[in-house]
Amino acid sequence: MRNKIGFGERVFDIGVYSVLIVLIAATLYPLLYVLFASFSEANQLIVNKGILWKPLGFSLEAYKSVMRNPGILNGYRNTLFIVVAGLAVNLTMTALGAYVLSRKNVLWNNAFMIFIVFTMFFGGGLIPLYLVVKGVGLLDSLWSTIIPFAVGTFNLIIMRTAFMGVPDSLEESAKIDGANHFTILFRIVIPLSMPVIAVMILYYAVDKWNGWFYASVFIQSRELFPLQLVLREILIANATDGMSAGADAGDRFQIGETIKYATIMVATVPILCVYPFVQRYFVKGVMIGSLKG
Amino acid sequence: MNRFVRDFAMNKYLYVMMIPVIAYYAVFHYAPMYGALIAFKDYSPMKGIWGSDWVGLKHFYDFFNSYYFWRILKNTIVISFYSLIFEFPAPIILALLINEVRNKAFKRAAQTITYMPYFISLVVICGIVTDFTNADGIINRLFVSLGYDGQAMLQKAHLFRPIYILSEIWQRIGWESIIYIAALMSVDMEQYEASRIDGASRLKQLFYITIPGIMPTIAIMLILRMGNLLNVGFEKIILLYNPATYETADVISSFVYRKGLLEFGWSYSSAVGLFNSVINLFLLVMANYISRRINNSSLW
Repeated sequence: MRNKIGFGERVFDIGVYSVLIVLIAATLYPLLYVLFASFSEANQLIVNKGILWKPLGFSLEAYKSVMRNPGILNGYRNTLFIVVAGLAVNLTMTALGAYVLSRKNVLWNNAFMIFIVFTMFFGGGLIPLYLVVKGVGLLDSLWSTIIPFAVGTFNLIIMRTAFMGVPDSLEESAKIDGANHFTILFRIVIPLSMPVIAVMILYYAVDKWNGWFYASVFIQSRELFPLQLVLREILIANATDGMSAGADAGDRFQIGETIKYATIMVATVPILCVYPFVQRYFVKGVMIGSLKG
Repeated sequence: MNRFVRDFAMNKYLYVMMIPVIAYYAVFHYAPMYGALIAFKDYSPMKGIWGSDWVGLKHFYDFFNSYYFWRILKNTIVISFYSLIFEFPAPIILALLINEVRNKAFKRAAQTITYMPYFISLVVICGIVTDFTNADGIINRLFVSLGYDGQAMLQKAHLFRPIYILSEIWQRIGWESIIYIAALMSVDMEQYEASRIDGASRLKQLFYITIPGIMPTIAIMLILRMGNLLNVGFEKIILLYNPATYETADVISSFVYRKGLLEFGWSYSSAVGLFNSVINLFLLVMANYISRRINNSSLW
């Protein structure tokens, strides 16, 4: 009897581990392929008919081309601005709203909540939003990816819930000492809600970093393109020619392939380096979100 | 009246703090709702939203009678449905597998690696997909080595949905498993002890203790998903589709985008968008109603 269970358990374990190993390999290999291909010699990569287990030869040509491309650097700069300025706007606005809505005995708070939450369920749509952005003069400006998305309603609700959890007694005593609402918000409520604020920073930052759609709708000038729009041109519209200038047509096609992979690396590695450090906040964020949702 | 005066006297600074937030919602959420009126008009930028001529339901009739109506409605529902069948269970299975792993280091590695693709931006993911599926991409090389013909996969209408769903699973499986892994940790350990004494195998424990233990979480996630049935991730579709695959790939929101912003049919596009919003609202209310009945938990 005992033996039988032991055997069954072993088969079960082998099954679990082998399925997981296949899953891990399937997740990891595409990324490794991109890594290997980005360091490969362009002319070897193009004739390669099999799978890559290591770079074919070794070349930094593709990375040099990417670094020389003004579009990528410019895109990085624009994205950096969008992330930093966007975070400042997002956090200020969300904290203000969440603070007011978390106060008790405010007559209009229920009305405010209905006014705000309704927008989660119904919206005017893409074209009317475009007309508004055009109307307020934000078209073709980096701010068009920031101001129209100043508050994430879901994030506002999460932050409000966190602020409600701050003990009243602390605020009461601060009030007696003559603190006004700004002091209470910045000196007491926010410091006590830091874990949630950290999650918010992460959510907003990822959102800004990844955003390309509204930028593509609202921004026409190429020098204002955020990184993701530049990437879209290179990776999906296949516009590597600008970077391989100087090479003749055949070489250009060959190096175009490796340039794509190097571009992916340049755009992704910084994020993947930060990721292990922030992962636990994300996990925490999912929990907070699900409790509320 | 007295109540209002007293409230205002007490909370006036709070109301001042609220002004930017209310202004934001008014301008960027409610003004577009007003702007959606152009769905009932022939919008002309010269005349403005209010000044344009009313045409009643003309754009809606045009849409419902057009060849595209059934196509995009069908594509939206089919893609949603496929992702419900294939994508929804995937993270649950992953969570169950990870939960069965005893080795801590392996468990952590499995989690960290499977979360990773979630942190890669959508544009890059679609870039990788485009590259891997093109005629001499790595996936085709595999097929060729197995004796099949290579083909530009993203140009084939019948391959669009599998590519869409598979890459979606690849990117999201780890991330979406987090919530189930957390639910698994709160399953009562005593039940396992008791069943072990009764001689239950781990497979039996899996089916009779673990899965029932996370059923409530699965139910909530499923209901939330139902409410978003028509919200297919259109950013990804716009990045991956092309005229050769419109037939299977074009969904309501990508259609709104194309008609409105690329072809300047602003009123027509707004009508389609409004149709989509109303259906979504209806689905959400339904999902919430069901959730309240079954789970006693609701969104509002």
